Amino acid sequence: MTADPYAELRDGVRRLCARFPDHYWRRVDGDGAYPTEFVQAMTEAGYLAALIPEEYGGAGLGVAEASVILEEVNRSGGNAAACHAQMYIMGTLLRHGSEAQKRAYLPAIARGEVRLQAFGVTEPDAGSDTAAIRTTAVRRGDRYVIRGQKIWTSRAQHSDLMLLLARTTPLDQVRRRTDGLSIFLVDLREAVGQGLTIRPIETMINHHTCELFFDDLEVPADNLIGEEGKGFTYLLDGLNAERILIAAECIGDGYWFIERATQYARQRVVFGRPIGQNQGVQFPLARAYAHVRAADLMRFEAARRFDAGLPCGPEANMAKLLAADASWEAANAALQTFGGFGFAREYDIERKFRETRLYQVAPVSTNLILAYIAHKVLGLPKSY
Amino acid sequence: MNIIIPMKRVPDTAIQVTVKDGRVLLDEVETWVINPYDEYAIEEALRLIERQGEGKIIIVTIGPEAAQETIRKALAMGAHEAYHLLDDAFEQLDPLGRARVLAAAIEKIGEYDLIWPGFKGVDNDEGQTGVMVAEFLGLPHVSTAITVEEVADGHAVVKAEAEGGYRRVRVPLPAVVTQTQGPNEPRYPTLRGIMGAKKKPLTVWNADDVGVDRDELEPVVEVLSVERPPARKAGRILEGEPEDVAKELVRLLHEEAKVI
Repeated sequence: MTADPYAELRDGVRRLCARFPDHYWRRVDGDGAYPTEFVQAMTEAGYLAALIPEEYGGAGLGVAEASVILEEVNRSGGNAAACHAQMYIMGTLLRHGSEAQKRAYLPAIARGEVRLQAFGVTEPDAGSDTAAIRTTAVRRGDRYVIRGQKIWTSRAQHSDLMLLLARTTPLDQVRRRTDGLSIFLVDLREAVGQGLTIRPIETMINHHTCELFFDDLEVPADNLIGEEGKGFTYLLDGLNAERILIAAECIGDGYWFIERATQYARQRVVFGRPIGQNQGVQFPLARAYAHVRAADLMRFEAARRFDAGLPCGPEANMAKLLAADASWEAANAALQTFGGFGFAREYDIERKFRETRLYQVAPVSTNLILAYIAHKVLGLPKSY
Repeated sequence: MNIIIPMKRVPDTAIQVTVKDGRVLLDEVETWVINPYDEYAIEEALRLIERQGEGKIIIVTIGPEAAQETIRKALAMGAHEAYHLLDDAFEQLDPLGRARVLAAAIEKIGEYDLIWPGFKGVDNDEGQTGVMVAEFLGLPHVSTAITVEEVADGHAVVKAEAEGGYRRVRVPLPAVVTQTQGPNEPRYPTLRGIMGAKKKPLTVWNADDVGVDRDELEPVVEVLSVERPPARKAGRILEGEPEDVAKELVRLLHEEAKVI
């Protein structure tokens, strides 16, 4: 008898994911294709609307449940990165959008008719230093005119709407560097070709990330989210949910690697016995498993605090750090266990290995988390 | 239209159960699933209701406390309510006992048009329960159905298997239909379905509730042992020129395997 409070949810997601087995993900990875059918199925089953309140047509669940959904996707061998942002980007709209904006977009997002899964933040000259972004939005009558450039805006080509962070007050006219930034809702269906150019970037994984060029793109002033100049605060309070959800994907990856590797280690016979009988093979897997389990606990602690409305910055960041490290450790242990076969595409280890490596870098780099913990939690001098 | 689906929970078909001393170690099974043929029945019943525009699916399951998890899965798929038949006396039932308990429960539920279980459970592969439920209730039955195509004028039109093809039969309602593999992959639950399943009515009945005499449930069929098939020997690969290999193959089939 299982005591897992999410058993039914896990079972439901697993059954959906079972329709998208290894060869499906291998094919979309090989073709560089967007997993449209999978995202469609996830949307139709309502999973991507988990966090949208019931009054707007979603399921009204917490981050804990949402994280379980994404964990199970990655644990099945899939890659939730194709659609995870549909879950959480709407949070900024939900918390800071006007009632009219919420009524206009959230039910359509919940029904899956409209995809909101891109958020333009990072720029070529401003990586983690968000306040240094150069994209500007200038008010002209009932519109804002946007100029600038974004990079690593993922899924922009597979999204109908995007959120965009732009500077509305020049850096030299604000009291704090983080003031004067605003968030806009951009309708990509109208914007492309009317001042917005999207250029996909080929990467080592099938991630559909893009460069965006804004050349006097006009956006209705009604599309400003919340108050002008407060965009940085809005951005920050969406990050904890994102950290927790990404941690869950790492945890799903970690379990996947360990499950595949232990299965292989039991079956693969060298020198007359299964390689899993050798401590040199066992120990790295056992250690990685322990680390995945530990990260799993921190994920639920962070989610518990988030869903209870308590501050959870340290826990969300630590969950992301621990989970990303654990999945990377598990990936390496698995690749070593599989030996040469781990490099063969048909075993899927190399694909998941590449995919899970991303979490050391995105959506927040490990170093930045460490700097945050050192400064905000331990009280050491700020380094960034 | 009320459709009752007697549903069995079985060990997950994706795992290998442990067989020891002529018994399957069911206590060691961690994941249980809806018997796949019952799941096909649920899918076809849901589609029938969607086509007809009305109807209700009632799940009836014999099983221990933990069977509730499996029942919730059926409710998450879209079944409307469920009865969980739970009693120490139900633990070691043979197909006759199982049919007796199910028939009593179905009679107590009262209103029904179709009783639609899978044609067998994939655990023991006995394939008796559904037919015996029909006998207990004095109902007509159609076995190895592929789907119920239509319900009208107090009759059901059932498409069922026949050797090398199909048969289409008409049967007066109420009737028992036992489901084989259906044409449609059973749906997975939606998030709304999973959440809604927790609020759907689930009634627990014991032997007294359904009105069966516990003494009548003693198995009449005794399972002497359960065994795995003997491990197959590794195949032999003949190498060489095609002509020589063909000759050698014929010789081996004739002299060693003695099949030609």
